[in-house]
Amino acid sequence: MSNMRSLSFDAIIIGGGGAGLRAALELAKSGKKTAVLSKVFPTRSHTVSAQGGITCAIASADPNDDWRWHMYDTVKGGDYIADQDAAEYMCSEGPKAVFELEHMGLPFSRFDNGRIYQRPFGGQSKDFGAGGQAARTCAAADRTGHALLHTLYQNNLKNNTTFLNEWYAVDLVKNANGDVVGCIAMDIETGEVVHVKSKATVLATGGSGRIYASTTNALINTGDGVGMALRAGFPMQDMEMWQFHPTGIYGAGTLVTEGCRGEGGYLVNKDGERFMERYAPNAKDLAGRDVVARSMVMEILEGRGCGENGDHVYLKLDHLGEEVLGKRLPGIVELSKTFAHVDPAKEPIPVVPTCHYMMGGVPTNVHGQAIMRGEDGKDQIVNGLFACGEVACVSVHGANRLGGNSLLDLVVFGRAAGMFIEGALNEGIDYLDASESDIETAMKRITRWNESESGETVPELKRELQAIMQNSFGVFREEENMQKGVKQLAELRGRIDNAYLPDKSNAFNTARVEALELDNLMEVAEATAIAALERKESRGAHSRYDYPDRDDVNWLKHSLYFPADKTIGKRDVNFAPKTVDTFEPKVRTY
Amino acid sequence: MLQVSIYRYNPETDSAPYMQEFQVDTQGRDIMVLDVLHMMKEQDNGLAYRRSCREGVCGSDGMNMNGKNGLACITPISEVVKGNKLVLRPLPGLPVIRDLVVDMGLFYQQYERIQPYLQNDEPAPAIERLQSPEDRDKLDGLYECILCACCSTSCPSFWWNPDKFVGPAGLLQSYRFLVDSRDTATRERLSELEDPFSVFRCRGIMNCVAVCPKGLNPTRAIGKIREMLLADST
Amino acid sequence: MVTNITNLGRSGLSDWLIQRVSAVILAAYTLFIVLYLLFNPDLDYLTWSGLFAQTWMRIFSLLAFISLAGHAWVGLWTVTTDYLKSTATRLTVQLLVILAIFAFLVWGIQILWGA
Repeated sequence: MSNMRSLSFDAIIIGGGGAGLRAALELAKSGKKTAVLSKVFPTRSHTVSAQGGITCAIASADPNDDWRWHMYDTVKGGDYIADQDAAEYMCSEGPKAVFELEHMGLPFSRFDNGRIYQRPFGGQSKDFGAGGQAARTCAAADRTGHALLHTLYQNNLKNNTTFLNEWYAVDLVKNANGDVVGCIAMDIETGEVVHVKSKATVLATGGSGRIYASTTNALINTGDGVGMALRAGFPMQDMEMWQFHPTGIYGAGTLVTEGCRGEGGYLVNKDGERFMERYAPNAKDLAGRDVVARSMVMEILEGRGCGENGDHVYLKLDHLGEEVLGKRLPGIVELSKTFAHVDPAKEPIPVVPTCHYMMGGVPTNVHGQAIMRGEDGKDQIVNGLFACGEVACVSVHGANRLGGNSLLDLVVFGRAAGMFIEGALNEGIDYLDASESDIETAMKRITRWNESESGETVPELKRELQAIMQNSFGVFREEENMQKGVKQLAELRGRIDNAYLPDKSNAFNTARVEALELDNLMEVAEATAIAALERKESRGAHSRYDYPDRDDVNWLKHSLYFPADKTIGKRDVNFAPKTVDTFEPKVRTY
Repeated sequence: MLQVSIYRYNPETDSAPYMQEFQVDTQGRDIMVLDVLHMMKEQDNGLAYRRSCREGVCGSDGMNMNGKNGLACITPISEVVKGNKLVLRPLPGLPVIRDLVVDMGLFYQQYERIQPYLQNDEPAPAIERLQSPEDRDKLDGLYECILCACCSTSCPSFWWNPDKFVGPAGLLQSYRFLVDSRDTATRERLSELEDPFSVFRCRGIMNCVAVCPKGLNPTRAIGKIREMLLADST
Repeated sequence: MVTNITNLGRSGLSDWLIQRVSAVILAAYTLFIVLYLLFNPDLDYLTWSGLFAQTWMRIFSLLAFISLAGHAWVGLWTVTTDYLKSTATRLTVQLLVILAIFAFLVWGIQILWGA
């Protein structure tokens, strides 16, 4: 190992999506020696697929809009396990972050008065739920994620950020004190493995939707950050909370934005009935995503699904007219034609709830600092480790994320992490260097793959993992089935630990990357499964047949998954916002 | 059984690139070319190609399919396969790293050269900068570029002068900022483009328009840049 | 801005303008000659040289020659920069092109205004 090359930075940001690029921008502006390490060229990150918009009370559609109303929606949407100090921070800082994006050049759609266009999205209200539907999602047609990611990348170019593009982070490096002091990374193009030293290591690796067979997520969303943090021994929070987006295109899994329903589209069953009127009489198709997804599954299970097998429903948009579709939802028209072979101006789109977003992740505070549990049972900051974006669990989304809140999460907490790290670097950070054996520990798993001589191969094992998750940890969950799933995963882990990488070449070896990703999928899947089995209630996206009600007595808590012994602990939810009164848990109806 | 012929090159083991034949069982379904590649990768783990979003928005899997550039993930085989035969090659004109993976360095350099970011020397207001819907409409058909390089690598002018001609993708973005009502660096941007290569090496071949998977029109944008240069200097 | 290989004017815009304007002049000239030939099916030397004896026709022709020279220079310069990557070869070929164009132009003037 001693001949391994090493690179040194003040801060290394792992992941080139919205959160990573926003954090990098902050640090690049401050002149800190920063690098973004991304396994794909940054604009290929999954942020690019976000469609509908970025939810934020910028008071454009409604001049009297208030970030506190947005905060209320967020807390309620998260079924009351969103941390209220974090939701407060996100919703109040949000406008600043959105205006910054606009100043950077993001091509937002506009109202006639020249202000940013905002559309209604699910779970949005005025006046703390009393004032009816709000329109709070700032949009660039239905390509907001693309516009946002490109804008951030462009501004990083402007500020001369260093990019390590097509580099893959293998594992975190910890020193003798347990501080995170960098990572092991592989240059995919050459296969060279490098020790990246850093005073601050930021996980911005995004989601892990690829643990499910059917997902809206990109093929690259393999939970690399979660995997690295778990292997380094750090806990994960609320991993049972997976959002199933109501409208994934049936068969293909590609996303159809909630903005379709925001613009006036609605769901119908095989009888042509607008069934959401029964499940959510007020918000109808714009209820929380968990509510809509469950209602769709109920329709399908009760025999009112569409198609030959009755296994999906329809999203009706034709009544909006070609002009609205062309102006506000052009990307959706394209996607429907390509993946569903329907023109939404003429026919409805077949849709089905599809895995979309990981509410859980690395627990952090609002500065992006990773949190673990100290020996005294209290929260303790992990020195040197930060997380922001989907991989982090701040937690602003609680048990269910509202549409449009993920993009806001990215820019607000990417920015916050960048600002905090800048301050910390100014004050001086001095951790012990990693020793040879610390580095070797982090090299263990890539070494294992490189030395594997026989065994099962990656694609087969991955398919099996995805099938287990799909079958046992989907929209509705139940004890016995989950028990079975957990057992199957344990057995699968043994097989993955002995799996085989046939191609050992160095130049752009994507097979090696996929093998390393499989390890991470395994970590995410197991954390999800064990947390889901443990949370004996139904809350937000976590719905159990056997525990159909919310249990605020026992479970108004975050779950914490500890990798060392694979146990679940509980962590208090923050109910102490600084400038507003606490939103007390109420029955959640739409 | 679909007959696939694919360009293979591994710099560690191959002295020269070659075409390899595969048989892929599509079970009669009209799947995407990317799905075909996944099936081939299961047969041969070492096959290398880029992919990410698999829905045509990230721009990773631009390649040459039966002679035409496009994105594998949104190209159904029915659209490109002729006589049950599919020939897959890397994007033309860029150095090959391995199999279908090309070195996009020159392409990105040309993108960076046009200063692809908003420049405005006036102090930013407390809210957003206002922009009329009409001014915003001017960015449609420009900002949607996904940097897949299908256009630039199908452009003969870019093949001959990839270091000097900005290429259709970069010029489309250049015009995106030239025409943005919020950008104040128009004159500086134009003066960087008036040499005989950056813009003027475009000969209106329009391969870029024919292949753009997002249906964008770089040739039109290049024409607009020429008009702006003309107006600026007369 | 690309400055390492440059044409005489260093401006792509002027090159582009030269090519477009000269193309229009050449098109007009060609059209004129073709029509003239069509309308004079029994053309003899006397009529033909009579046409070229008129001052306006000499000016028109000279304009066409100059346009041809400009058009050829811009076009061939472009071709040499596309295909000739060695500077020495490219410069040599460009020099020959300039010489040829110059020679043809002088020769053309001589034909028009001479004798």
